[in-house]
Amino acid sequence: MGTPQSEVVDATAFDVEAVRADFPILSRSVGGQPLVYLDSANTSQKPQVVIDAIAEHYREHNANVARAMHTLGAEATVAYEGGRSRIADFVGAASAEEIVFTKNASEALNLCANTLGTRLGPGDEVVVSVMEHHSNIVPWQLVCERTGATLRWFDITEDGRLDLDKAAAEGLINERTKVVSVAWVSNVLGTVNPITLIAEQAHAVGAVMVVDGSQGVPLMPTSVAELGCDLLAFTGHKMVGPTGIGVLWGRYDLLASLPPFLGGGEMIEIVRMSGSTFAPPPARFEAGTPPIAQGAVLGVAADYLAGHSMAAIRAHEEQVTGHALARLGAIKGLRILGPETVDAHGDLGRGGAVSFSIDTVHPHDVAQLLDSKGIAVRGGHHCARPLHERLGIQASTRMSSYLYTTTAEIDALGDALEWTIDFFTRR
Amino acid sequence: MSVEAMYQEIILDHYRDRQHYGLREPYEGEAHHVNPSCGDEVTLRVHLEGDRVVDVSWDAVGCSISQASTSVMTELVIGKSLGEAMELREEFTELMHGQGKIEPNEDHLEDGIAFAGVAKFPARVKCALLGWSAFADAAARATHADDQEKTR
Repeated sequence: MGTPQSEVVDATAFDVEAVRADFPILSRSVGGQPLVYLDSANTSQKPQVVIDAIAEHYREHNANVARAMHTLGAEATVAYEGGRSRIADFVGAASAEEIVFTKNASEALNLCANTLGTRLGPGDEVVVSVMEHHSNIVPWQLVCERTGATLRWFDITEDGRLDLDKAAAEGLINERTKVVSVAWVSNVLGTVNPITLIAEQAHAVGAVMVVDGSQGVPLMPTSVAELGCDLLAFTGHKMVGPTGIGVLWGRYDLLASLPPFLGGGEMIEIVRMSGSTFAPPPARFEAGTPPIAQGAVLGVAADYLAGHSMAAIRAHEEQVTGHALARLGAIKGLRILGPETVDAHGDLGRGGAVSFSIDTVHPHDVAQLLDSKGIAVRGGHHCARPLHERLGIQASTRMSSYLYTTTAEIDALGDALEWTIDFFTRR
Repeated sequence: MSVEAMYQEIILDHYRDRQHYGLREPYEGEAHHVNPSCGDEVTLRVHLEGDRVVDVSWDAVGCSISQASTSVMTELVIGKSLGEAMELREEFTELMHGQGKIEPNEDHLEDGIAFAGVAKFPARVKCALLGWSAFADAAARATHADDQEKTR
């Protein structure tokens, strides 16, 4: 693996129209208007190669994996394990054995919480942040309740970044800290968090560093070595792959030291009625028939993204996000949550999710009116209620872009938002 | 169906000028209801005199549909008997689950008929029913409190 971050990218060479042609759904209409899909942080759309690969797998190679003694079984196993290898390459893992397939990122984070939880007891501390998605809060709350450990969290600054100074002042990460689990990129604020720095702080006190990469991995070139974390959870459906497949990357020696999560077929070594022994990772964490077609096709999705170069995709995202921040920022009565600049080349970047609140219109109504114009956004708390409470608002509207998003779509959103505000305020 | 047809002027009027808004004393029953998918919240109090709904007071954060629907509801149920109010709730709930195929009865539902179009948007039906379900809960608590009073 090279160092993807250092790759030189010419953003003008990225042909967004050619990319759009790969995604059949983008040519459909909604309510008689061309679809403007700005909900990719929720789930991404799928290119034709991914759609075809799913059909092809079921049409030609369908069988169970790792146990069927026949040709189809061998083909299915090769396809599924091939997906694992490609994902290992995609994130710069040392080997395919470091990749555990789960059903989604939530399950991957629950796996982390439950297996690391066996090491926790009263007096121990787990650190998350107030900007986390519920799936990186609730599993840790549950495990802390069960073990007597204490859950603590990073606060945020007024501009929506992790408040590292406050954390340092209050000794957030200390000798009692056993786990630190933080999102790489916020699903609401778009903030890119300084994972490498936090991982150093976690490791300095002997804590395990877990990263929720659900929004980061689809967006940025990923090198687990550069991130410096121990465990990285992400999901397939946000990176142009199928639903039903999530990923946990883990440092192999750490994975090998963790107990099983779910019990069942394929995760065992020898089962006796008096007790069982367990398979080495990753099989130890993949009980039962896995999402076979999904695992295989996630490899195709990763290849598709890599084919465009993740660095180029990131550069395109930055351009679109910068355009969105400027266009939406110019709307009267609209407040952007989180960093208001992209800061592409600074230490602190910004992801493609732009959430905002409007004084006069509730996010539900915003989403409904935008939908009437064929524009898909998300309204609500985006599974980050504590963050909204911290920001002093109940809910927000979020637009999120991806490699197929155009600046013309952002302009359509801006116009439709102005029409929406007028709709609710005119008398 | 157009979005303008859904957001009837009656709905927007109630949204901009919410009737019977604010929490008041006295009351016998209070309920706090939340729509977990979006975080809409309503706190609603019911004041009964015997079987009569004398006041419904409420505080809420939420979308125009949930706010306007609660506002319309307070106008409908205040002054009615609890039985009549529950019949209206049933009729309104039926309308909202009718996928836009039910012709609303204006004599019964008054401004509530404006929500007929909302029934065509399944994601918003919950919003329109939030205040009504809080009312049913608060009324149940009020009558329960009343029962306890009598047995003392």
